[in-house]
Amino acid sequence: MNLASTDFELFEISPRFALDRSALDARWIALQAEVHPDKFVTQGGAAQRVAMQWAVRVNEAYRRLKDPLERAAYLCELNGVPIEAESNTAMPTDFLMQQMAWRESLDDAETVEQVAALAEEVAAHERSALDELRIALDDRGDHVTAAKQVRALMFSERFARDVDQRLEALGQ
Amino acid sequence: MALLQISEPGGAPDPHQRRIAIGIDLGTTHSLVAAVRHGVAECLPDASGRAILPSAVRYLSDGKRQIGAAALSEAAVDPRNTLVSVKRFMGRGLADIEHPERLPYEFVDAPGMVRMQTVAGIKSPVEVSAEILATLRFRAEDTFDDDVFGAVVTVPAYFDDAQRQATKDAAQLAGLNVLRLISEPTAAAIAYGLENGSEGLYAVYDLGGGTFDISLLRLAAGVFEVVATGGDSALGGDDFDAALAAWALGEVRLDVRTPQDKRAVLVAARATKEKLSSADHATLACPLAQGELAVRVSRAQFDALAQPLLARTMTAVRKVLRDAKVDKTEVQGVVMVGGSTRMPMVQTAVGSFFAQPPLTNLNPDEVVALGAAIQANALAGNAGADELLLLDVIALSLGLETMGGLVERIIPRNSTIPTARAQDFTTFKDGQTAIAIHVVQGEREVVADCRSLARFELRGIPPMVAGAARVRVSFAVDADGLLNVTAREETSGVESAISVKPSYGLGDDEIARMLTESFSTAEADMIERSLRESRVEAERMLLATRAALAADGDLLRADERDAIERLLFQLNASREISDHHAIDAAVEALAKGTEAFAAERMNRSIRVALAGRSVDEI
Repeated sequence: MNLASTDFELFEISPRFALDRSALDARWIALQAEVHPDKFVTQGGAAQRVAMQWAVRVNEAYRRLKDPLERAAYLCELNGVPIEAESNTAMPTDFLMQQMAWRESLDDAETVEQVAALAEEVAAHERSALDELRIALDDRGDHVTAAKQVRALMFSERFARDVDQRLEALGQ
Repeated sequence: MALLQISEPGGAPDPHQRRIAIGIDLGTTHSLVAAVRHGVAECLPDASGRAILPSAVRYLSDGKRQIGAAALSEAAVDPRNTLVSVKRFMGRGLADIEHPERLPYEFVDAPGMVRMQTVAGIKSPVEVSAEILATLRFRAEDTFDDDVFGAVVTVPAYFDDAQRQATKDAAQLAGLNVLRLISEPTAAAIAYGLENGSEGLYAVYDLGGGTFDISLLRLAAGVFEVVATGGDSALGGDDFDAALAAWALGEVRLDVRTPQDKRAVLVAARATKEKLSSADHATLACPLAQGELAVRVSRAQFDALAQPLLARTMTAVRKVLRDAKVDKTEVQGVVMVGGSTRMPMVQTAVGSFFAQPPLTNLNPDEVVALGAAIQANALAGNAGADELLLLDVIALSLGLETMGGLVERIIPRNSTIPTARAQDFTTFKDGQTAIAIHVVQGEREVVADCRSLARFELRGIPPMVAGAARVRVSFAVDADGLLNVTAREETSGVESAISVKPSYGLGDDEIARMLTESFSTAEADMIERSLRESRVEAERMLLATRAALAADGDLLRADERDAIERLLFQLNASREISDHHAIDAAVEALAKGTEAFAAERMNRSIRVALAGRSVDEI
């Protein structure tokens, strides 16, 4: 294990989508307990720089692994199917329709209840989409389908943020 | 054969040598210094037994200054030269200050940071803070009759990069070796958590004299993980005083104009506010140029006046819970920090929101300094220090200005530090050879609504068609929460890079000028001091490197070891030279020359530690 190891190698977990969150958290703490710059304050410049590199790398891996969408994107990339969200917009067609319908609902929504109902609908969709993503990645090893699903989920995540902002503006 | 002794990594090379490590709470209204003595953290009192040092500096015409209580007692007599609450001006321009006309100072607008005109010249908030920090440093040195090895200085969690950098500059100006800047609520959580053996999700509600922080932390044995933090770096007890003062003057239709009157009303308002924490009524009274001011106020009236301020804190509390994606019912306890949490209305509001009585069993004035002292002791590697792991976050997002004045977020708020993220940008026009990089901090989408941290240009990009260049901008936030930005053009083999350490108008030469003018020159020559510091650092490096060689020398080939031995020899020899630049250069050469060794050691220590752990678990 070194700075060039993959996130999964660093955290000593198998490169799968399904993940034991408490084991991930425990490993993060264990790694930081070894590499955090606070442990090297009296050790001179070289040790402090190395500690900074390691602590940054460990935090990066932890952030990516704990977020389901980032973890899925990373798995696709490790398997030769980069997401390339800026240039590649391939995603399930029915999702595009869904997305437009949501936008209209948000534009039309006037009350807190309406926006909250939409938020719940989006959340439910995300849960089932993540489940499909797990099946594509862990059971079928179909990274092309998974990548499309990731792109779609990136859209719905952005939309969920807009819904949250609307809720906030409505004083929730 | 006698066994050689090898010290624990991170431990002091000499087990008998105890390093004096202090924690400093540099507060808006008062400051404290604490240290771990005989295994217990305690605030260090001054010669007359007072732990609290009012954060007040009075400049006198003869070049002398009064600091603390002596200065504060003259605040109403000599308001222009008696600087209080300067923490609110750290890293701030004149335009950032709300109601400067209510304050009795003669502000001088300066690039980066506002200054104050005093009888002793123009003073920056950094210089004033350094006076307070130096007073606390001297107090610690007198207490221990020894030099201070280093200090942990606390800052509000919600302090942005400019404010943190200004605080670190002030500490260095005061001759302190800054071991770490840590967030005030995090420091409070350390003291509270260790004292009570707390585990689980805790909130720290920290309402000080001039700043408000709310942090959510997950506590476990020795581990303090900040889940989310938020607040307002310009909201504190001072604002409650100002609201009360403005109301009282309105009641009697008075308008104060002189600096003396402005200060007198604020002082009286604070005293009234404090009385109302235990009494139902109080009278705000003070002599003014136009006559005696006396306004009776009930607690209910004051509560109503302060309601908008309290509401702002509760909005921040709700936002932090949303950011952390936790429900308020999951919070096991709410620790109250800061003198302003003594106000009953604050305790009531917090208690009813979380549906549990807030935790007030620690002294809200001392808890931050105590936590900082515990962390300082651990960082210094003193034997018997608590094993602590602090995982803190940045409170404010960091980003760059893009086309149209919009912000591209690079590091989102609540990212665990240290952290680094990079983003690629490209050119907008054909043949464009430079790009302007504007670093901002804040949550808004538009640059104008965020805080500008630094601007720099990356030049020398080879002419290409628009969109062909690839400029990678990297942001790195260190364990102090301080940002470093670099930019590099990466196509066609041409590279140029620039490193920016934002310093907010306080350039290196200005710091140098302040140093030469500062208190320290009175006691010792500047060069002498630099030389002493460089020699101490050289000594540290020699000890650390020898300990590392003793522990892990087998990782090195003979020629690699020879190279390091040569650097050690050169560093050792350089200590005899009376030139701190030469010593610093030798220290840096050793640091560079041992980088690969340090990396190998790290790989080994992780392997050993984590292998040991999984064996334990089986």
